[in-house]
Amino acid sequence: MSDDTAVALDGAGLPLIHARGLTKRFGAFIAVDAVDFDVQKGESFGFLGPNGAGKTTAMRMIGGVSPVSEGTLRVLGLDPATHGPQIRARLGVVPQQDSLDTELTVRENLVIYGRYFGLPRDECKRRADELLEFVQLSERANDQVDPLSGGMKRRLTIARSLINEPDLMLLDEPTTGLDPQARHLLWDRLYRLKQKGTTLVLTTHYMDEAEQLCDRLVVMDKAKIVAEGSPRALIAQHSTKEVTELRFPVGIQETLDGKLDGLAERIEWLPDRVLLYANDGEAVSVAVHERGLRPETTMVRRSTLEDVFLRLTGRTLIE
Amino acid sequence: MTAVARILEHRALQYRRTFRASLFGSFLSPVMFLAAMGIGLGGYVDTTGNAAFGGLTYLQFLAPGLLAATVMQSAAFESTFPVMGGLHWTRTFHGMYATPMSPLQIALGNLAWIAIRMTMVATVFTFVVVLFGAASSPLVILAIPAAVLTAMAFAAPIAAFAATQRTVNKFNAIFRFGITPLFILSGTFFPIASLPAAIQPLAWLSPLWHGVSLTRGLALGTIGDAPLLALAHVGVLSVLALGGIWAAARTFEARLVRG
Amino acid sequence: MSGLPAAVLGRVAPQLAFGSRRAGRLIERNIYVYRRSWIIIFSGFFEPIFYLLGIGIGLGRLVGDVAGPGGAPISYTLFVAPALLASAAMNGAILEATFNFFFKLRWQKTFDAILSTPMAVADVAIGELGWALIRGGLYAIAFTIVIVPFGLVTTPLALLAIPAALLIGFAFGALAMAATTFMRTWQDFDLIQMIILPLFLFSGTFFPLETYPEPLRILVQLTPLYHGVDLIRSLIVGVLSPVLLVHVAYLTVMGLIGLVVVSRRLDKLLRT
Repeated sequence: MSDDTAVALDGAGLPLIHARGLTKRFGAFIAVDAVDFDVQKGESFGFLGPNGAGKTTAMRMIGGVSPVSEGTLRVLGLDPATHGPQIRARLGVVPQQDSLDTELTVRENLVIYGRYFGLPRDECKRRADELLEFVQLSERANDQVDPLSGGMKRRLTIARSLINEPDLMLLDEPTTGLDPQARHLLWDRLYRLKQKGTTLVLTTHYMDEAEQLCDRLVVMDKAKIVAEGSPRALIAQHSTKEVTELRFPVGIQETLDGKLDGLAERIEWLPDRVLLYANDGEAVSVAVHERGLRPETTMVRRSTLEDVFLRLTGRTLIE
Repeated sequence: MTAVARILEHRALQYRRTFRASLFGSFLSPVMFLAAMGIGLGGYVDTTGNAAFGGLTYLQFLAPGLLAATVMQSAAFESTFPVMGGLHWTRTFHGMYATPMSPLQIALGNLAWIAIRMTMVATVFTFVVVLFGAASSPLVILAIPAAVLTAMAFAAPIAAFAATQRTVNKFNAIFRFGITPLFILSGTFFPIASLPAAIQPLAWLSPLWHGVSLTRGLALGTIGDAPLLALAHVGVLSVLALGGIWAAARTFEARLVRG
Repeated sequence: MSGLPAAVLGRVAPQLAFGSRRAGRLIERNIYVYRRSWIIIFSGFFEPIFYLLGIGIGLGRLVGDVAGPGGAPISYTLFVAPALLASAAMNGAILEATFNFFFKLRWQKTFDAILSTPMAVADVAIGELGWALIRGGLYAIAFTIVIVPFGLVTTPLALLAIPAALLIGFAFGALAMAATTFMRTWQDFDLIQMIILPLFLFSGTFFPLETYPEPLRILVQLTPLYHGVDLIRSLIVGVLSPVLLVHVAYLTVMGLIGLVVVSRRLDKLLRT
């Protein structure tokens, strides 16, 4: 039987992913609660939200490894319930936890993975070498996987997900746990894929990652989508242009009740600092000093998705 | 020595969780082995092969030998995977090394723990031997230290080797090409005397044969028949155990210092 | 090298009700892994051979003839050798289906990664079991060859001991894999050891069933390894009887039950 040969099914105009009322229940617990979204071809789409918001579950449903409890889901025009293997044949999946095969070498990991897609052995080897080049791991081709650094393992996982030349890539928390240098290297590789027209869907709880990589994103919180748009549009819609962050000496913040009133459009009190939202942050910081308040540090910055999230949920992304 | 005691405390704490299951296992497996081989198979051996066993029932012959063979197997296991665990997988030995403990103390502590575990296994096994009526001398009680000495003659050199390894691949070879053939061919299941005369002296090369000879001599009360031979057995096993301890101290140190 | 996996795959990948060639790719993965550590596979040949030398021949010289299948007396060596083959088939399959399978299922998450490809859960179950059978089959062939110079093979029926050993591997491998899906920690495997040991010792392996009092004999006849031992012993000695069909049916049903359970459990564990 010719099993996993990909079928061209994404008809013109249909989104690559189409979800309506998509719901996932584990017993009484609702992990994803009736969400609607579409992902278009060539787009880079993100799920932003804290841990436990339901992002990974949504990704697993799209990847066809978690049955949908309720609602409609079409991936590449197909229903994962009935066409799981056909869909997966055209996906590249980077799971949250690297699930590399520690009993194989770096290169063998790619070759064998290609074989799972039914690719001819020689083709797997050719692509493996190409991909190792792409993720800058050619020198480690014959090494065991275990001693690789976290960033290298992540890059290898990305190379592995590309072995079948996927139409759609699913990346779950692609850079969580990596050091800044490794993250930037990874972003660079993902950016190149995006440039080549690969459709990327990723989850993240880093707002800088979402801003770097996503054309459009949905903000998830407690199993629901609370906002949708491009990073810039979301910031414009839900936050001010600038933010003034004030940090007071220990014990002082609690005594400030009412003393900051009227200085900004909106004030957020975090355990360790106060955020004042206004379009002119400098002006706010001058006004604070004019009121005789002496914060230990004052920082004026542009609004980010972090602020959007704080506004929408009353909580920060990373606790 | 207090450092060694602290390591023992650590290992005992870890062991508490699996204590019941493990003790159950070290009681049930000799019971099953002696029932099957000693009584089931023994019925056939006793009707035909009695002479080769010097008038003993097969159960009497087998039981004390199996005691030594079983502690050897347990000791080999305890000195491979847990050592790999402490030095490589969970790195708890490196954690110990970050305290004032020396590599020598860490090696000694872990070997002492193996000795304690093997004393438990040997005691339970000896109890079962007595229960089956397979012991004919009160000296059988000394079979416990004899079995522990046999265990350490394996555990110490194997632990020294295990500390030099980064994968378990060679452990498999130790079991398959070392422990298993020794288990079967060291006079546990049939007397060495029934082997061709030309290969009988090879038994001297098997540490387990020395151990089996000791435990059997003690359980049957025949140890006094050849006191010099018994001393030679103790000597060979002691040299292996002490040499192993010396080697383990060195390989543990090399590994811990290298990180 | 490249021809080997394909050849193995084409011949061995079981085309069971829910199977497909995809399962063979998992076998290919395992061939890659063991290409480097072939010594582990190789060393597995020796364990039954040591037992044969020690118990079968060393002890066998001291034991007279015992009653073989059909009641005719046979040498103790001939009595024990087939039982060692049957136990080795059981042990080999269980080893692969417990420790190695558990490592891939719970620790390394190998199967999670595989299920993001077009491979299905049944492919994983069949592929893993197929691999255990290939490994067991190699041991069975080697052991059968080894006993030839001992004069233990006197009938062409003995060749059937090899497929019989595969059937034993299938039955125990599938059931052990099913059991492994319920395991949570490495310690849980002690339980499996406590089941294997009595099967190994009491299934008519080292002494005939007639030794037992009637109720115990019936109990032993209900356990799976007894069926495997008697099947292989009858084939190697060359005594055919309708009872052999019962043995085959028992082991086949056991394996199929295991395979259904393992597929369901994997679906539950991996596709949540």
